Amino acid sequence: MPDILRGGAVLLAVLAVAALPLLTDGYWLSIAVTIMMYTALSTSWALFSGPTHYIALSTGAFYGIGGYLVATGMSDFGTSFWSMMAIAPFVAALLAGAIGIATLRLSGVYFVIFTLGLAEMIRNLVSWVQNNFLGSKGLYVLTELEERHIYWMLLVVTLAVFLFGWRLGRSRMGFALRILGNDEEVARHVGIDTARTKVLLFMTTGFFAALVGAIVAPRYYYIEPNVVFSPELSFLVVIMALLGGTRRLYGPLLGVIPFTLLWEVVSASFPSATTMVLGLAFLLIVYLIPDGVTGLIGKLRKRSVP
Amino acid sequence: MDVVISGLLLGGAYALVAMGLNLQYGVARIMNLANGEILILGGLAAFWAFVSFGLSPLLTLVIVAPLAFIGSWAMYRLLLRPLVRRAKTRGQLEVDSILATFGISFFLVGVMVSLRAEYFTYSFLATPVHLLGTTVAANRLVAALIAAAIGGALYFWLNRSRPGMAVRAVAVSPEAAGLVGINVDRVSAFAFALGGAVTALGGCLISTFVTLDASSGVIFTMKALIIVIMGGVGDIRGAIIAALILGLVETAVASIIDPGLTLVAAYAIFLAVLLFRPQGLFGQGSA
Repeated sequence: MPDILRGGAVLLAVLAVAALPLLTDGYWLSIAVTIMMYTALSTSWALFSGPTHYIALSTGAFYGIGGYLVATGMSDFGTSFWSMMAIAPFVAALLAGAIGIATLRLSGVYFVIFTLGLAEMIRNLVSWVQNNFLGSKGLYVLTELEERHIYWMLLVVTLAVFLFGWRLGRSRMGFALRILGNDEEVARHVGIDTARTKVLLFMTTGFFAALVGAIVAPRYYYIEPNVVFSPELSFLVVIMALLGGTRRLYGPLLGVIPFTLLWEVVSASFPSATTMVLGLAFLLIVYLIPDGVTGLIGKLRKRSVP
Repeated sequence: MDVVISGLLLGGAYALVAMGLNLQYGVARIMNLANGEILILGGLAAFWAFVSFGLSPLLTLVIVAPLAFIGSWAMYRLLLRPLVRRAKTRGQLEVDSILATFGISFFLVGVMVSLRAEYFTYSFLATPVHLLGTTVAANRLVAALIAAAIGGALYFWLNRSRPGMAVRAVAVSPEAAGLVGINVDRVSAFAFALGGAVTALGGCLISTFVTLDASSGVIFTMKALIIVIMGGVGDIRGAIIAALILGLVETAVASIIDPGLTLVAAYAIFLAVLLFRPQGLFGQGSA
């Protein structure tokens, strides 16, 4: 397909997706917001974890930082939603940088372990600060924003993530990252600063997760650290990205849509079974579709060509 | 003094759990993130036996150990060995086993929630005992003593017996162990199962003085991992010292600053270890 046609098709698709709130509101719009949110989160997760094979479980922590900073900024310090939304991603990126510097120089396991309890640890710390220094009153996020505004903002973030991923794939750093993912030893020998590359990319993941968390904050109205620092979110993002496949930029999208719908059904009809479904999804991915849906499609296509 | 005694007692129970994880990660090379759930299962068994049959948790230990051994062995054979065989590199195995054990861990939490959604609350030996001028609950003391006994037995078995030596050999180098005629596959499965049994015993003991619930496993996994890394992977002696340090620091933070900050304290230790001694307390060379 010529580039101009492909570009036109992408533009049309984006316009169609952007027009969705004009067609529907209520239930389906809220599902669309959730899908958009997970698309941004999983795609930016896959940009880091796909090539490096480091399972980052920090999404919930960065998302929580975004939501919490908006809430505490508006309730405790009287700042506006917009300024907090602009600050939060940079705070998260700095934190991600610090975590990256401490853990990414070492083996991948340490990184996974460190991110595993991160959301819970920050939640404990934030609750403590809130109760002892800021007064334990409720945190409200009251804005004029409606669901469709949130949807459009998330769409912009998602497009930014895709654009970033597309540019990255064509840049020196993206090339370095691919070598690094295949063999870190080789990467180091050809002169790639592996630690720096990993830390920088991890910072962008933290940046986008906090941005999404901040944008989605008005959906909650009332924010409690227990709600926004959700470890479950980190795992959902991992499952969706792996289900779709991390080798292609659009891979996570193919995991997000079916899994969000499934998750909606399960949490509405069988709320006590959510954890078990999460577990089964992980097992299914590891044993049956280790390369995700996109990997599966690729394999089938290869087989059909004689 | 209060803090030191109860910190050491808590650390004793942690040491046992970390030893279990150490066997699984150090020998079988499976980063078992469902470790905390095995611990909670042990606690659930102790709770259930006590409430339903009035069985002392100390007796439940005897039943839990073989069950957890068989369960962990089956888990290794059926779920994890296929991954070991499939993996082309150590890194691939790491990613696969992390994801698979996450799956197992969530699945077990789901099962336990359906068995019992509330806290496992029961009261066993909650009588005060005077020890070195301070007062501790008898259940903590008993738990720490039993943990020390099990840990000591394990330590001797590993260092003084032939099968123990085979386990240590696989921990050092699976390839070399295979060359000298050790059945690496079988020893790995055995070490994994033994690790599971030890962890479940730790869960039984911890449940006598900590109120657990179906979803608190991940916190214990986290702490056991921090201990294993601090002590050095595969280093039992290091793990014991690391566990005692973690128990002390946690107790100190909980009693001096705020009980809600124990995980933060554990993270502070973890960060310090990663920055200054990533090879473990007694480790040499680079990690």
